[in-house]
Amino acid sequence: MTRATTFNTTVVALAAAAVFTSPKLGVDAASEGGQAPSSIAKPWVMPRTADGKPDLQGTWSNATLTPLERGPKESLHLSEEEAERIENRTREVAEFRDAPSDPDRPPPAKGGDERPLPPGDPTFIERISAAAGGAVGGYNNFWLDPGERVLRIDGKPRAGMVIDPPDGRVPALTPEARQRMGQQAAPRKKFGQFDHPELRGLAERCLTSFGSNLGPPMLPNYFYNNNYQIVQTKDHVMIMTEMVHDVRVIRLGDNLQYPPKSVRLWFGDSIGRWEGDTLVVETTNFHPLQEYRGASENLKVTERFTRNGPTSIHYRFTVEDPTTFTAPWTAELLFNTFDEMIYEYACHEGNYALGNILGGERAKEKREAEATRKPQP
Amino acid sequence: MHSKLRDAVVALVGAGAMAAVFYTAMPVLGQQKPATAANIPRLNGKPDLNGVWQTLNTANWDLEAHSARPALAMRPGPIVPVPAKEVIALGAVGSVPGGMGVVEGGEIPYTPEARKKKEENQANWLERDPEIKCYLPGVPRATYMPFPFQIFQSNSAFAIAYEYAGAYRNIYLKDPGPPQVDTWMGQSVGRWDGDTFVVDTNGFHDQSWFDRSGNHHTEQLKVTERYTMTGRDHIQYEATIEDPGVFTRPWKMTMPLYRRVETGARLGQFKCVEFVEELLYGQYRKEPIP
Repeated sequence: MTRATTFNTTVVALAAAAVFTSPKLGVDAASEGGQAPSSIAKPWVMPRTADGKPDLQGTWSNATLTPLERGPKESLHLSEEEAERIENRTREVAEFRDAPSDPDRPPPAKGGDERPLPPGDPTFIERISAAAGGAVGGYNNFWLDPGERVLRIDGKPRAGMVIDPPDGRVPALTPEARQRMGQQAAPRKKFGQFDHPELRGLAERCLTSFGSNLGPPMLPNYFYNNNYQIVQTKDHVMIMTEMVHDVRVIRLGDNLQYPPKSVRLWFGDSIGRWEGDTLVVETTNFHPLQEYRGASENLKVTERFTRNGPTSIHYRFTVEDPTTFTAPWTAELLFNTFDEMIYEYACHEGNYALGNILGGERAKEKREAEATRKPQP
Repeated sequence: MHSKLRDAVVALVGAGAMAAVFYTAMPVLGQQKPATAANIPRLNGKPDLNGVWQTLNTANWDLEAHSARPALAMRPGPIVPVPAKEVIALGAVGSVPGGMGVVEGGEIPYTPEARKKKEENQANWLERDPEIKCYLPGVPRATYMPFPFQIFQSNSAFAIAYEYAGAYRNIYLKDPGPPQVDTWMGQSVGRWDGDTFVVDTNGFHDQSWFDRSGNHHTEQLKVTERYTMTGRDHIQYEATIEDPGVFTRPWKMTMPLYRRVETGARLGQFKCVEFVEELLYGQYRKEPIP
């Protein structure tokens, strides 16, 4: 729940900043930095379950200011100065948007088109959230919680999550995939985008969260609510994502089988095993509506979860689908402790938006039809 | 036992001889052998409730004792009531299986006004039952939906994932304090009472139902569930329902939970949101399907 999250994250960050003498360490321990504060004397010991496996349980967030793909000319690592600039800019924009409105301000020249930002280079989250909400924005800043920190792995800030291919970019689609996606899109082109509920996005229909939150791959949505709970037993790992209360049940074991190809599941079917202290999970049988970058039917995602400190899980994944991507690709990020409650995200039950989006378009059409009729006697 | 006996006596006095047989038989059927330490799986000394579970009863159709009937939505007919127009095409598939009820004492102790609302709900089932719209089932309805659910129990956590609508409950093992918001599934806090896992849930709003027969509650609802393993593959489940907004006293439902024992038993997926889009949004299509 964003209201509580935003508030509580602020409180936690403030409290941590007060406790630690180094502001950097304070922020790291509090939020998305995720590295163990090295100045604390006690060495970190891997927490373990009763059966001796690394304990991944708890509530986690993968919110971050680092995108999946870095810019075409960027290298894997950002300088610490650049990372801090992005973080400062993010804070500055949030404070700017949180500032009280002037009640005496004049109406905007053109409805909703004015959404001023402080001067300076926008972060990539500002750019994508502008695209999502239009000039007026879909949400007040109060509801947004895209992340406050740049991803740092081994203390070094990252420009992007993709580590293979070495250029940090998701490989190109195969010609087959481009053709397939074109064929799939063609029948839809005869419709207007608000003609039918099936033409709206999965999140708008409350079928999944924004982006690829539960995935796999499990990625931040750069918007809000990137919160997870993990519960672990000797033969299952359950991962629940707060947004749309979706659950992945990962079966653990050596002789487990995937269902027949005809069984297609949201978030796929996941089988996991322990390789030393790393949980390795392979997922196939994805639901046809849940395409990840155009991949679904032949998509296989391999995830590796490794606890790497008191406040984080290192998460690495490889995406394979020779019918979609010209090469397999791998990325890594962190899940950081999220010391808050997870709330019920009853999306569908409160989904007035989908009916209103479609109904609004019908009302507009009706009004336009009446307007064209009127001049006639 | 004392209260069961008392309820049976009340039923005997209050109803005819046939009903008496009916009601006295029910608590006896509901009784299970007490759990023994020897035959139940354990985790850190406590019963190990991990697994995929499901009820086998007609509680989701109607918590109270009921005969089989032609449909959930009915309308007056020339001789006897007949299925409502909207459900005629379902034929026998849309009919209601009978059941002896799961309510201790046989009848839910509604206030007269609340009983009237229950009957109105039932008469307007198609428009009002949240299940029809694929809304979250609430508690305890999630338990006896005709779908399995999976318990995840560890040293530090207890969670239940339900197949129906992907409903989920985290059972807090440490009380986080009063619920901050009212929700469909409430806020649950669990504790061990000997070998019984007891879950207190509150923080509900008033929108969920208890079954397809219009049984309802207010935001004052408080549910106390007791999960007691009676064998490797059985849990005796009790839910005590308190809601001064609609009930004259607390009341209890009891039923066994059965482990899904088949090889490879697993939680399925029933994300029904997609399935109700035509019902909820079909009217807003550019060209509604006739």
